[in-house]
Amino acid sequence: MMKFTQSCRIHEKKIYRNEALFYSDQALDDKTNFKTFIKGAYKYLGQSYPKFFKMDRLSKLGFIAASVLFSDRVLSAYAPEEIAVVMANRHSTLVTDTKHCESIKNREAYFPSPSVFVYTLPNILVGEICIRYGFKGENAFFISNQFDQDFMYQYANLLFQSGETKACLVGWVDYKDEADYSAILHLLET
Amino acid sequence: MNQLIEQLKVQIIQQLNLEDVEPQEINEDEVLFGGDLGLDSIDALELIVLLEREYGIKIKNQEEGKEVFVSVRTIAEFIDQNS
Repeated sequence: MMKFTQSCRIHEKKIYRNEALFYSDQALDDKTNFKTFIKGAYKYLGQSYPKFFKMDRLSKLGFIAASVLFSDRVLSAYAPEEIAVVMANRHSTLVTDTKHCESIKNREAYFPSPSVFVYTLPNILVGEICIRYGFKGENAFFISNQFDQDFMYQYANLLFQSGETKACLVGWVDYKDEADYSAILHLLET
Repeated sequence: MNQLIEQLKVQIIQQLNLEDVEPQEINEDEVLFGGDLGLDSIDALELIVLLEREYGIKIKNQEEGKEVFVSVRTIAEFIDQNS
């Protein structure tokens, strides 16, 4: 039987861990952009992970959500292969897709960026979290209109029933623009 | 050469999104890969794009890339010899 043990929620420049306010931007006005907010959260967490700055905004959002969720919880009781990650969002990697598209539309100045291109699939967000925390279990990324918790839990339950998964990070990480982004991560364990 | 080295440091920081690194923090003789900057294979590709876009220079093969991308100074010398 799986149970919900940890959570993180991010929206409107506020981060909640287990529904308690964990971090909010000090300058809560419209001039504070996502870049400032997410970098502030990174500093607040005391992270030292230079690759963070190379990630696209979707991956930064998911990475910070996972970092908050695991900031007071280490999954050392499980083997790397026993920890699964199942995510979903609505806008996939639309912002990065558009950025990549802009870089290749002019045939006279055709300089696609490798570091942009690698973020044109949403499951790289799962990869970034798995690399950071050493998870090697099952993973999946779904595209849907909204966070369908019942579906996600049902999928996680199937993984638990397989016997190979002992913990599963389930979540929604979506980035459309500066004003429209959200992350919801739940840790499920047996 | 010194001006080119300083220009390269700024361009590398911008191209590789090294947000917390200042140009003066990069030692032009320090190895780029395997050093403190934490660069990876994607960064190597970005440096190839940087050379082509900013200086019109193409890296011919992997071996040449290994020789050129040792440090900021070796990149600057390569640009100086090929532009």
